[in-house]
Amino acid sequence: MADVKFTYRDAVAEGIAREMRRDPSVVCLGEDIGAAEGVFKTTVGLFKEFGPGRVWDTPISEQAIVGAAMGAAMTGMRPVAEIMFSDFLACCWDYLANEIPKARYMTGGQVTVPLVVRTANGGGLGFGAQHSQAVENWALAVPGLKIVAPSNPADVVGLMAAAIRSDDPVVFFEHKALLAGSGPRPPDDHVVELGQAAVAREGTDVTVVALASTVPLSLKAAEQLAGEGISVEVIDLRCLIPLDMRTVLRSLERTSRLVVVEENPYQGGWGGTVVSVVADEGFELLDAPIKRVAGANVPLPFADSLEAEVIPTVDKVTEAIRRLTAY
Amino acid sequence: MTPDELLDAYAEMVLIRRTEKAAHDLFMSGLVKGTTHLAAGHEAVAVGASAALHPDDYVFATYRGHHHALARGATPEECLAELMSRSTGLCQAKGGSMHLTKASKGMLGSYAIVGAHLPMAAGAAWSAKLRGSGQVAVAFFGDGATNIGAFHEALNLAAVWSLPVLFVCENNLYMEYTPIEAVTAVPNPAADRAAGYNMPAEIIDGNDVVVVWETVARAAERARKGDGPTLIEAQTYRHFGHSRADPAKYRPADEVERWMKHDPLDVARARLEALGVSPDTIAERDRRAAATVDAAIAAAKNAPEPEPAMAFTDVWADGGAAWRT
Repeated sequence: MADVKFTYRDAVAEGIAREMRRDPSVVCLGEDIGAAEGVFKTTVGLFKEFGPGRVWDTPISEQAIVGAAMGAAMTGMRPVAEIMFSDFLACCWDYLANEIPKARYMTGGQVTVPLVVRTANGGGLGFGAQHSQAVENWALAVPGLKIVAPSNPADVVGLMAAAIRSDDPVVFFEHKALLAGSGPRPPDDHVVELGQAAVAREGTDVTVVALASTVPLSLKAAEQLAGEGISVEVIDLRCLIPLDMRTVLRSLERTSRLVVVEENPYQGGWGGTVVSVVADEGFELLDAPIKRVAGANVPLPFADSLEAEVIPTVDKVTEAIRRLTAY
Repeated sequence: MTPDELLDAYAEMVLIRRTEKAAHDLFMSGLVKGTTHLAAGHEAVAVGASAALHPDDYVFATYRGHHHALARGATPEECLAELMSRSTGLCQAKGGSMHLTKASKGMLGSYAIVGAHLPMAAGAAWSAKLRGSGQVAVAFFGDGATNIGAFHEALNLAAVWSLPVLFVCENNLYMEYTPIEAVTAVPNPAADRAAGYNMPAEIIDGNDVVVVWETVARAAERARKGDGPTLIEAQTYRHFGHSRADPAKYRPADEVERWMKHDPLDVARARLEALGVSPDTIAERDRRAAATVDAAIAAAKNAPEPEPAMAFTDVWADGGAAWRT
């Protein structure tokens, strides 16, 4: 079976299944996740293996899904809740902004909320403006949430393990455009600690900081530029909270140039936070201005040609890197 | 309820009334900041329900939740210390009046976003069902919450999953400053919605602690047997306005008078006397409650404020607040 492709979407189900096997308190809930196996096929096999007692189909009720997950998490379970498209997080935003992340703090540490909210994030598949947003930044604005956004199947499994085992609430963004991509199946008990960025490609001229969909895109750009003699280091953040700024600053010690590539709109994007920390603590490491390649501040359009106009592309990244190296 | 149980319930209601009076007085003298939403008048709902529940059952309340925290076993001292921003407060002065929580007693929080805690209570009941623990969860909420989407989502989920949860509406006739009938399409804001979720509902006198106790005990028994959720609409009345900013002048005088004559403490006292409990025995419990609250006020006033470093603890389960490595 070694030749069978292990896809990102397989990795989601595999990552959940591994945790459900080792911990009976892990339960899943969401719309169409049971017998239907998920609209993105990211829960394939779970219902068959664990049954309706651990994999619960819900009504289309995002507040009930996330609110019930919170109540269950407070009382001894480790729920994994699916919100089908990340755009729909807006329907249960009270739970993500006001309830889940504050419960521990405002009770003086009496309550912990160990839950995972999984959701399909991002554009690239032509779903239109209400099913295509990259919304990690919504969560980034809320103290008390941990934020995970993996770029490859092995990380999906390893980060899922860490997210489910975390005693803190985690929002887990699965990028829609990456679901069909494949990679090596990670070994048993593969865990990627939250808050540890990966150096996805080593380089010496420019550091590119990327997340989820922008990681493969940046790697492609790096590959192209290698042919022009430009050596690009690509860092996959993997998590936004905790944010691994140590790896970013260490990379800048080698490269002295920084490009941040994010799919979300430039305004309020996570890249702004990365850049502000670098400006604050690593200014003397820089030999050039910082560039951000980010989405435009418009709703995601439907047509491919229009979408490419407003979200990062390989060409936009290579162009930013070329301009920096020429500075 | 036996005479002794009723006497204890009465004493608990007196303790809550006195604590609420203390909260009011401390607010007026500048020792409680922010705001308070007093539950004076609602005591029978909290005390009757608590008397009917097991110690390990779960309770979720609203920003008007002093009475629920106290009825579940939070002490007047830790509640008043919390309101006065003292380090000995129930939530180490990080919660305040609207967030009284005593997790060790099953009081899993007071939530200040209207209706938000109903799905949480359903979730705690789901957890109890998954674990086969026999516990039930109770969500107390106001009439105003019945027009929030989360109310409807929680009721539907609880019904389709047959969860051991009780939804207890404290219908005090006013959604903040507005009469509930002015903004609600049905006369009984909670109970009239239950049919939509195939859920049994009862409308009860929420100022009679014995009636609340009987109703909640019956519904909890039903839930423990696996027969699913119940909706209880307990009719009651606020003695004060919505919050400290509200003198409640919009309420008709005859309405106020009618409800003040139906004070839950008086109703319980009349029941005790009818059972042959002597006025001296009742007066003794009144004195004990007064002494407890007086001591609580003094202790809370003398407690220190939290250290500034406390602002940076308990965001995460490891106790800290670091967002980056």
